[in-house]
Amino acid sequence: MTTPWIRPATLDEALAVREEHADWRVLAGGTDLMVDAGRRPAPAGVIDLFGLPGLVGVEPMRDGSLRIGAATTYSMLLASDDVRRHLPLLAAVAREVGAWQIQARGTLGGNVGTCSPVGDTLPALLALDAEVELVSRKGVRLVAFDDFCTGYRTTDLRPGELIAALRFGRRALFASEGARHAWRKVGTRRAQSVSKVMLAAVAVLDDERRITCARLGLGAVRERPVRARAAEDLLVGERADAALAQRASEALTHDIAPIDDVRSTAAYRRDVAARLVRRFVLSLA
Amino acid sequence: MSVPTHSPADVAVGRSPPRVDGAAKVSGRALYVDDLPCEDAWHGATVRSSVPHGRLRGVHLDRAFDWSDVTVVTAADIRGCNVVSLIEGDQPALVPVGGTIRHVAEPVALVAASTRARAFAAAAAVRLEVDELPAALDLDAALRADALVHGDDNVMKTLRIAKGDEVERALAGCDLVIEGVYETGAQEQMYIEPQGMLAHWDEHGACHVTGSMQCPYYVHSAMKVLFGLDDAHAIVTQAVTGGGFGGKEEYPSMLALHAALLARAAGRPVKIVYDREEDVAATTKRHPSRVRHRLGLMRDGTFVAADVDLVLDGGAYVTLTPVVLSRAVLHAAGPYRLPHVRVVGRALATNTPPHGAFRGFGAPQAIFATERQVDRAARALGVDPWELRRKNALRAGDTTSTGQVLEHSVGSLAVLDALRRVAPSPRPDHEGSSSPAWPPPRDELPDVRLGSPVRRGRGIAFCMHGAGFTGSGEQRLAGRASVATRPDGGFEVRSSSTDIGQGAFTTFAQIAADALGVDGARVSVLEPTTDRVPDSGPTVASRTCMVVGKVVEDAATALRAHLLAWGRAHGLSGADLGEIARAHVRDVGEAERTVTYAPPPGIAWDDESYTGSAYPVYGWAACLVDVAVDDDTHEVTIERCVHAVDVGHAIHPVMVQGQIEGGTLQALGWALLEAVKYGGGRVLNPRMTDCIIPTSADAPKMETLLVESPYPFGPHGAKGVGEIPMDGPAAAAANALADALGIEPACVPMLPETIAAARAAREGAT
Amino acid sequence: MTLRVRLNGRDLLLDVDPQRRLLDVLRDELRLTGSKEGCGEGECGACTVLLDGEPVCSCLVPAGQVDGSEIMTVEGLGDGELLSAVQDALVRFGGTQCGICTPGIAVCATAALRREPDASAERLRELLAGNLCRCTGYQLVIDALCAAARPAAGPSGEGAP
Repeated sequence: MTTPWIRPATLDEALAVREEHADWRVLAGGTDLMVDAGRRPAPAGVIDLFGLPGLVGVEPMRDGSLRIGAATTYSMLLASDDVRRHLPLLAAVAREVGAWQIQARGTLGGNVGTCSPVGDTLPALLALDAEVELVSRKGVRLVAFDDFCTGYRTTDLRPGELIAALRFGRRALFASEGARHAWRKVGTRRAQSVSKVMLAAVAVLDDERRITCARLGLGAVRERPVRARAAEDLLVGERADAALAQRASEALTHDIAPIDDVRSTAAYRRDVAARLVRRFVLSLA
Repeated sequence: MSVPTHSPADVAVGRSPPRVDGAAKVSGRALYVDDLPCEDAWHGATVRSSVPHGRLRGVHLDRAFDWSDVTVVTAADIRGCNVVSLIEGDQPALVPVGGTIRHVAEPVALVAASTRARAFAAAAAVRLEVDELPAALDLDAALRADALVHGDDNVMKTLRIAKGDEVERALAGCDLVIEGVYETGAQEQMYIEPQGMLAHWDEHGACHVTGSMQCPYYVHSAMKVLFGLDDAHAIVTQAVTGGGFGGKEEYPSMLALHAALLARAAGRPVKIVYDREEDVAATTKRHPSRVRHRLGLMRDGTFVAADVDLVLDGGAYVTLTPVVLSRAVLHAAGPYRLPHVRVVGRALATNTPPHGAFRGFGAPQAIFATERQVDRAARALGVDPWELRRKNALRAGDTTSTGQVLEHSVGSLAVLDALRRVAPSPRPDHEGSSSPAWPPPRDELPDVRLGSPVRRGRGIAFCMHGAGFTGSGEQRLAGRASVATRPDGGFEVRSSSTDIGQGAFTTFAQIAADALGVDGARVSVLEPTTDRVPDSGPTVASRTCMVVGKVVEDAATALRAHLLAWGRAHGLSGADLGEIARAHVRDVGEAERTVTYAPPPGIAWDDESYTGSAYPVYGWAACLVDVAVDDDTHEVTIERCVHAVDVGHAIHPVMVQGQIEGGTLQALGWALLEAVKYGGGRVLNPRMTDCIIPTSADAPKMETLLVESPYPFGPHGAKGVGEIPMDGPAAAAANALADALGIEPACVPMLPETIAAARAAREGAT
Repeated sequence: MTLRVRLNGRDLLLDVDPQRRLLDVLRDELRLTGSKEGCGEGECGACTVLLDGEPVCSCLVPAGQVDGSEIMTVEGLGDGELLSAVQDALVRFGGTQCGICTPGIAVCATAALRREPDASAERLRELLAGNLCRCTGYQLVIDALCAAARPAAGPSGEGAP
């Protein structure tokens, strides 16, 4: 018996199949969904979106935003001049996802769809105010990634919908002269590692080095990727110094809730998240 | 395009010809057990216990499952002796109904079906009825006897070494006594090829098993015991094996018995290949340890006495634990002059899967403690740790803790001096607080990595490692190997030593070629199959090149002498040896010479008092590690790693280098990354994702220094090299952390989480 | 489902369940057993093949996704009995021991050196980080690849400019 398998030629076709077969698995690069596939029962059917035209590529939009198709692989992100220039944070993240074999296959949309607390791109999506472009036969819905992610591996994806793209509307601001970006993945080892703590941070400084905008995206420190809003609020309007860095790191407790698991300890995650935030604020001084 | 060349000049001992199995391996043609063509083989799967301790009440098949195309085997199907024969016969091949389950993942039943997926599904449809019992899951619980797993006190074995005066009195006379308690965790061998075995019974009632293994004759002996077979009816063949490191020393016997039981029941070949999760959850690992160590010394740095209390967690069955304990005890005093020594070693039984052989075999655990202690002593005295080690290092003529006088091949000072020559300073080469760049900067990518300051430190470690079996082990084993003529004028080495990647076949071909005086390309090594090769002893204990290699050399020399004599008698004086061999095979049949290992003179060992020559000879090693520790994340980067190892003589320098570097990285992984986590007696991280080993990005650039103090009784002066690289690096890394951070690491692995806690404790204390 | 692929330079039609792993199709259907399974979760890289020129873990690729693609496995690297430069260097410089990870390394390194012939040793360590090796400690692997990339320079390894 072979698994029903549809590799749609167009997004419209994909949406039709999606509506018709709500129980079919939506597959992109397979780097999450194919793990242990040899041992698990086959899905009822598969909608294969890998390489679907319209879901692949990086596109500067007329409104100034950057649109990245959901089926764009990490390797493509790394190779894209637009990503390197406008979203250096995302390029840096893509380089540290898995290893080359995973980067060649894994997709941005897949990372968003799985929405694991350790999804590597997710803190960067939070820091970059990314929006998720969701399409269904009813039309397009744009949702801030922060709202799209609803909990531990859960999302606001609705029946009939597919993740079509990620949109970065504020790239002009985040790529401006005064913008500072920082990324740090703390894993169990240097490559091929499941993150224990991640920080993706963006700050925009004015001419007087006052922080006008701050985004602190954190991963692996609670059941979902999270923005450290209390710390962000505290930074805006201030000039960075050691005292501010300390206060920001202490404010993290409002937003993170790390746990002990086989990969690390709550104490370590809390400590390291605080130190990285402090280090980032110090780097703005 | 090009092919490896085999010019005669390349093949002599001391050069590094391409390995004999290299082309097959790089081209994907080498056949590992899962690659062997066997269209009609069924796939086997194992039903395992899910509790650490309990009484098995029943094995039930789910009625909803279709069992018509599935073979099921339980202990009731075993007609012979239900045991995995090794040192003690305490481990059943399958737990019988009414019997005791002693650990999670213990085999209880077997299933086979035409596909692997079907076999796994069937295994999942077997339900075990178990009355759970209280369990002893760690050393403390075993000591408290929370549950009795072995005997009446959970002590599997106790070993003692006593040298010189009563140790308390000796310590009382010291200016300084350094005391510490050190713990090390289990380590997974993580060979990249999971365990696998293929079995079938022929029409003569002989069972053929082929698989991934280190020791065909261990499997052979286990097969004979369980099935009541004679030598000729158990035929064990090593397939190309994807790494072992000790992990395929004893456990393959279990797979072989299981595959053979299923093959008999199914009436067809059956293959069992574990997936990674099963392999990590069920098979043996390095013994966790706890060592309490007291080192007494004088103000001038002279060592006086050592008192070591060492405990190993053997797991639920004895397997090889007593031998591992022996090696731990024998290495506990380190490579130092110590007039007074007391070592007490105990192996305890717990309700965890049995711990077993892993490169180093108990020595790394003991040496971690010793080398931490020496480093602390150096700091206490304010002296260079290298100087302190050199001052106290054993030299030729000195006696070890068992009273063995070191006579030859003592490279102790040579390895220390080699290290010092390339790294003269007690401080790291890199200075400053900038963090090492990873991933490496690329021009086309903006650098947004948030850097943190680092602290740097340097640590060294020094050790000796006994090569070959302990004590009178080699006499008992009496390993044999043969060299024979081939009809085409070539020659064949026959031994049960396996090539598990270390290059045994290439080394044997080199040694035999040199002894025969022929081109190495004309010597082949027969695939180890018990009905065609003599028992050379197991492929363990750094003995293959040194002991079996010597036997191969002697057999080749004897064969050459025989052929030359025969040639002279048959008008072939002065002819090429191959020509004589061809004529011999044609006229009177194959010529074969088999030699049995003769231990060097003067090897006397007393197992009762633990005194005498513990090993025929020792390897020596000195290791240096520079670390950079991230101030924010406590991640450790190894910025430099130098390992000077006395190997006697390098038969194949590139492969020796590969052995040393591979062992060094396993040791560094054990030190800094590799943690097997247990909960309720179960491995909580049985996947490669979480039970991690170092990648190429984690591994430092290796600087390997080969030191050669020839061993007169090894082939061309060679001695064991396989295990010693595992011994020192963990302590060197810990000592480097101590240097960098002012903490005193007391456990392995030293994960960033551990380091963070130690730094916090230190900051809290000051 | 019938798939059209170009495998090691030959066009093939394959009739397989699209949900099956490419690794299983290669090993079980086509008897190309050079690609190995070490973990089944994309962690060890022993099953690495080139899919349209990019290294992928064939244990994570369902067969249905390779329709219309070009696949290169370790069996296709050399020319008959002749080894490729990468394979040859791995043998000569001690870059293979037990050999179970070697096909994946040979495949991934081939892609790496095609794309970045001047890759530094550090960069090769990054590109090869998806291929776990438990035997070598990686040094001789990296040395071999440096030698394959720069045959004139010999196996000088890392640290050489």
